[in-house]
Amino acid sequence: MVAAGLFSIGLYGVLARRNAIAILMSIELMLNAVNINLVAFWRYQAPLALNGQAFAAFVFVVAAAEAAVGLALIITIYRRRQSVIAEDVDLLKW
Amino acid sequence: MDINWFHADYLPWLILLFPLVSFLVIVLFTSKNTVLSQVVGLGGIGVSWALSMVLFVKTVWAADPALGERVYGSSLDWMSLGAYTFRMGVLVDPLTAYMLLMVPLACLMIFIYSVGYMRGDAHNSRFFAYISLFSGAMLVLVLADNLLLLFIGWELMGFCSYSLIGFWAHKKTAMEAGVKAFMTTRVADMLMLVGIGYLFLEARTLNFRDILYNEEMLHHLANTDAILFGGSVAGLVGVLLVIGTIGKSAQFPLHTWLPDAMEGPTPVSAMIHAAAMVSAGVYMVVRMFPLLSAGADFHHFDYSTPMVFMGLIGAITALGAAVLALGQNDIKRILAYSTISQLGYMVAALGIGAWVAAVFHLINHAFFKALLFMASGSVIHAMEHGEHHAAEHGHGHAEHEEPDGLVMDYVAPPNDIQRMGGLLHRLPVTAITMAIGGLSLAGFPLLTAGFWSKDEIIAEAWHGMTNDPFPLFVLLALVVAAFLTAFYTARMWLLTFWGQPRTPAAEYASLGTFRKQWVVWWNKRGWNKDVKLMQEPTTARDRLSFAQMETPLIILAFFAIFAGFIGTPVYHALHDFLAPTLLEEPLKIDFNVVPMLLSMALALGGLALGWWVYAMKPLRQGEVDPTEKALGPGVWQMLQNRLYIDNLYRRYLLRPVEWFSVNIVIQAIDKETIDGVLETIAEAFTWLGEAFKRFNTVVIDGVGDGLPRAVGDFGAWFRQVQSGRIQQYLLYVTLALLALGTLFLVQVR
Repeated sequence: MVAAGLFSIGLYGVLARRNAIAILMSIELMLNAVNINLVAFWRYQAPLALNGQAFAAFVFVVAAAEAAVGLALIITIYRRRQSVIAEDVDLLKW
Repeated sequence: MDINWFHADYLPWLILLFPLVSFLVIVLFTSKNTVLSQVVGLGGIGVSWALSMVLFVKTVWAADPALGERVYGSSLDWMSLGAYTFRMGVLVDPLTAYMLLMVPLACLMIFIYSVGYMRGDAHNSRFFAYISLFSGAMLVLVLADNLLLLFIGWELMGFCSYSLIGFWAHKKTAMEAGVKAFMTTRVADMLMLVGIGYLFLEARTLNFRDILYNEEMLHHLANTDAILFGGSVAGLVGVLLVIGTIGKSAQFPLHTWLPDAMEGPTPVSAMIHAAAMVSAGVYMVVRMFPLLSAGADFHHFDYSTPMVFMGLIGAITALGAAVLALGQNDIKRILAYSTISQLGYMVAALGIGAWVAAVFHLINHAFFKALLFMASGSVIHAMEHGEHHAAEHGHGHAEHEEPDGLVMDYVAPPNDIQRMGGLLHRLPVTAITMAIGGLSLAGFPLLTAGFWSKDEIIAEAWHGMTNDPFPLFVLLALVVAAFLTAFYTARMWLLTFWGQPRTPAAEYASLGTFRKQWVVWWNKRGWNKDVKLMQEPTTARDRLSFAQMETPLIILAFFAIFAGFIGTPVYHALHDFLAPTLLEEPLKIDFNVVPMLLSMALALGGLALGWWVYAMKPLRQGEVDPTEKALGPGVWQMLQNRLYIDNLYRRYLLRPVEWFSVNIVIQAIDKETIDGVLETIAEAFTWLGEAFKRFNTVVIDGVGDGLPRAVGDFGAWFRQVQSGRIQQYLLYVTLALLALGTLFLVQVR
């Protein structure tokens, strides 16, 4: 429940925030919420297997990497445009 | 199959083959090269002539006296009609042999003459092709052994006469004359064909020997009733065949084409009106004489219908044409009317049963008429030469406007005898040969051929005159015509050659250098010293063409004199030779001195009158012709306009037919009806086409264009989804996930 709530808040943030950094933060939030879910399920379903822990750790690592890359992207965009508003980056349109 | 081509049975095939082959060769191969065409043409007729002389010798001297009963000939299977095979072939009997004496010789003379006359003409090759075809057709006709092959030759000659009369096709008068000739003879040919067809129906054959030499066949034909008009089959067929001759040999009332046929070149006139075409008409009735006289015993003055018909028409024609010849100023037209008149003589002779006399006159006439026509051609050539020179030297005008279309009383200036005069010194050979021909035509006693044949016709008519009105009528007509013939011949010759030149053209008229030598000799003798002649240079070519034109004249003049001696009452070799052709011995009357004296008197009287009127005081420039003065302007005008017969035909026959064809056939039938139907159909189909087009554009193109457009519009609308904004994409993803998740869950349940 907590995880679902956190996830939906994160989702709302991704979709509705203007600032690109805020969007990143929301993505982190979603990932953490997913992690909580994973751990909860591991704890109450198969606490003896190690797969659950490994999976959670994996997700953490991926989240960190992805945050780094995202920040790098935002910094590049900022350098180019002097703004971090996500709506304006629409060059790949039709 | 072994055929000895030189045997008299097969030689005729070669005779008629060569001119036809030369026609084909000229048309197909040599038409670009004038000299070669002339050589081919001359070669064709020359070989033909040589072979016919061979044949003549064989039949006359080497053959047996019973040539009439046993003839030479050979034939091919032409067409099988059930049990009976129609054969076409050649036949040589005494009549044919006699014709072969004349026809190829006259044609050869005309060919040689044409080489000179037509020099410089642009269409020389075509001319020689046509005259080759013409000679070939005439030979086919003469040598034919059945009426159908004769008719084929007949029609071929009709076509050739059309193309030759209208040879100078750029002249409208010539074209009209050609069409007129063809149409007039065609009318007659139609009826003749009906006659031939009917004869075939009744007799089951058209072979001459089977019909004409066959007593039972003639008897059968004479006694079967015809399906129309009463009378016998022989009578009806005879009348129809005679109608064919009336057209072809220009008898009244179908004579109107012949004077206008003078539009053709003079060799054509010589050929058509002397040697070939008109002779063919008479030859046909001569050949068919047993059929025409079947059932009648004319030895005892009972004449059959065709004979009476022929006699009347012939007599009327002879007299009428002689009268018309008086009133002509065109030298060729005088000769044309004289031809019509002499043919009338022949037809009338057959009408009263004088068969041998008619054939005799036919052959003699061919000789002297060809001579006269060719001599007149020389005169016309000389006059044209003279006009040319006169224009150059500044005398007189070279212009003469020609009428547009045939005008009855128009005379072309070179032909006009009123403009001639004094040509005796300028064209001596022509003058003398024309004099010989003219004397023969007039029937100068004892010396000329014309006398003997004309005398025989008159004698036969005389013989019958006391017993029956019909020969009497014929006799009277022929007698008056003989007198007029002599007179107009004298008029023609004297106005052309005698006295002093009446126009500058005549002064300058000349043909070549022979004149100079002759004139020198003439002057040396002291005759007519004060004749002034214009000296001009002549080239070698002129001399050659002069020789080409004059030689045939001399040869024919010889025949015009000597061809007559075979038929005199004393030495009647001709009669004995020709008699066996017929089954029934032709009439042989005892010699009676009265008709002979009568014909002598007529000839001499006419010539004397002509001399008295024209030679004693030669006509000078500007004077009115004494004949015109004597007859008065009204009659003269009527004669010049040919008794208005042509105008009559034009108004009552030609105009209605033209009106009919223009208004009814062209307008009503052609334009309105047939074109109307066609236009309606075309409109319907056009409408249908338009409908299809519209269907195409609207429906098919609509679909074809609409679909892509719709797809394009949809695509244009849909691509707006790709806005480039990440958050929107993420939104879509989220929604899609939700939707799929719900579906998945629902499905599982």
